[in-house]
Amino acid sequence: MDDFNSESDSDYTSYWRDWFISSRGNEYFCEIDEEYLTDRFNLTGLNTEIQYYQHALDLVTDVFDFDCDDDMREAIEKSARHLYGLVHARYIVTTRGLAKMLEKFKKSDFGKCPRVICEAQPLLPMGQSDVPNTSPVKLYCARCEDLYNPKSSRHAVIDGAYFGTSFHNILFQVYPAMLPPKSQRRYEPRVFGFKVHAAAALGRWQADEREKMKDRLKDAKIETGFEEEDADEEEEELDDEDDGMEIGDGFANRAPAQA
Amino acid sequence: MSSSSQVTESWISSFCGLLGHEYFAEVSEDFIEDDFNLTGLQSQVPMYKEALEMILDVEPEEDEDEEDEEEEDDDDDELLGDERPTGYRRASDRRHLRMASDLSVIESSAELLYGLIHQRYITSRPGIQQMAEKYELQHFGTCPRVHCTSCKVLPVGLNDSPGHETVKLFCPSCLDVYTPPNSRFQTVDGAFFGTTFPSLFFMTFTDVDIGGSRSTSTGAADALLAIQQANAEAKTRNNTTPPNVTSVNGVAPHNLGPGLGPGNIYEPRIYGFRVSERARSGPRMKWLRMRPADVTELDETRRYWDEHGEDGERPDDEDMNMVDVAEGKGVSVERRKKMAGRRRRPNGLDVGGGSPMDTNEATGAVG
Repeated sequence: MDDFNSESDSDYTSYWRDWFISSRGNEYFCEIDEEYLTDRFNLTGLNTEIQYYQHALDLVTDVFDFDCDDDMREAIEKSARHLYGLVHARYIVTTRGLAKMLEKFKKSDFGKCPRVICEAQPLLPMGQSDVPNTSPVKLYCARCEDLYNPKSSRHAVIDGAYFGTSFHNILFQVYPAMLPPKSQRRYEPRVFGFKVHAAAALGRWQADEREKMKDRLKDAKIETGFEEEDADEEEEELDDEDDGMEIGDGFANRAPAQA
Repeated sequence: MSSSSQVTESWISSFCGLLGHEYFAEVSEDFIEDDFNLTGLQSQVPMYKEALEMILDVEPEEDEDEEDEEEEDDDDDELLGDERPTGYRRASDRRHLRMASDLSVIESSAELLYGLIHQRYITSRPGIQQMAEKYELQHFGTCPRVHCTSCKVLPVGLNDSPGHETVKLFCPSCLDVYTPPNSRFQTVDGAFFGTTFPSLFFMTFTDVDIGGSRSTSTGAADALLAIQQANAEAKTRNNTTPPNVTSVNGVAPHNLGPGLGPGNIYEPRIYGFRVSERARSGPRMKWLRMRPADVTELDETRRYWDEHGEDGERPDDEDMNMVDVAEGKGVSVERRKKMAGRRRRPNGLDVGGGSPMDTNEATGAVG
């Protein structure tokens, strides 16, 4: 098309993408570079996936000049959003994409982990499937390694495939320094200060499984990544002994108040 | 006493109607008027008497005050009298005080007092019932964790004394606590719900099915269905709990962390390949969401005595039994051996209406 045009007036070069990432509900997306979008190799296979592919691509790259009625325009607009999302899934696993998403992660643009013991660990968006229209976006917490639903219904409708199943894992492989220390602390259900037996028994069983894993890692001479390991264990044991009378004491001492 | 109120809406219902107070139950006036329920609160709440009157919408009247005076004197003997403003005893002064800026102090005292009464109320029989209705109506929201499939949650405090932590939400499906999604709850003190309430709730209503909505949403894409099916298969394949076990450690197997275990643990993958445990960024927290395939493994008492077989000090069956088995269902020989010595109770006895102070549960809880 006329790449000429888009390059000549620079104010307009990222008009559609600017609008898209700044519109409400699209806070999870980062801006895809022009060069990435215009390299056909990066779009391999998407032409069969998307209706009005060429028009949608023109719209995303701001070279759209197709006269059509409103219905058509809307359909193309929808395709353009879908295209942007699918390219986004590919883009965020590139070096530049990862760096952009890392910045957003640091700013907690994707929200914070709702789990109390994770102490507001920033989340990352992820999909449970790479196939579009399978399931909406979920949020991954690197501290508890679990998935959460976005708080806002605006975000709960975004397709998970726009982020993909691999991105968040790749990010931590590329930036291992961003891995948060894992915590062995846990919530212990109590009644009048006494641990609830069923939950406590399950907790002890889980702690056994954890120790088994730590032994496996130690045998392989690999760091376990847990914070304050020894101190924590000792404390736990102490806690177990004189437990009971002071209501919620063990928890309160070990969980610093959240901001 | 409470009849002197001329306001159309009581203080209690207007308090519970405030934004951010959606989790509160309306404490019945009967409960508040019973002095036994207020034991020890005087020392925790400044301007206690005024706060209590405000909660109960009692207009301070001369003659009525005279009556109360004696009670207060008693209170003052036990407690620090000097916390209160001088001239406190004079009804006229008191009225005057109330007109002034003290009103806001009393208001905040009333909120604190109500919160502390509320903590006690929701563990009482009528209170827990009221909270059960709110729970059914999903007033406390659902668990944010994906694998808990929108399981209903309950409010919980991480500390029983006020001023430490804001209210959190307890999910019975993953046995974890979460921050409420809306920031308006970050002004509500967790102590107003207490550490005991949610656990006591599920000990009281043992027949509540806590697993979230396991429904496969209509119109879900094939790929999603495939994921769900794989998860479901993993669950059934790995669930080796004998089908006739009705209770382990006082909890029905299907209600013991239903959001945990195989199929409910996130498996990190890159381009379809699992990330190794040995990788620096590999999974380390799976234990937190694990659950034994056979929940009778959690019967620690039996396991202990199986390992330390000397029969000499072995407690009698009644004491060491934490597994209940339904009668009349086919048990394999091996299982039957395992079950030997387990108490058999008619099915249904442990379902519903168990008292919170049931001795069996208490024995369990000390564990």
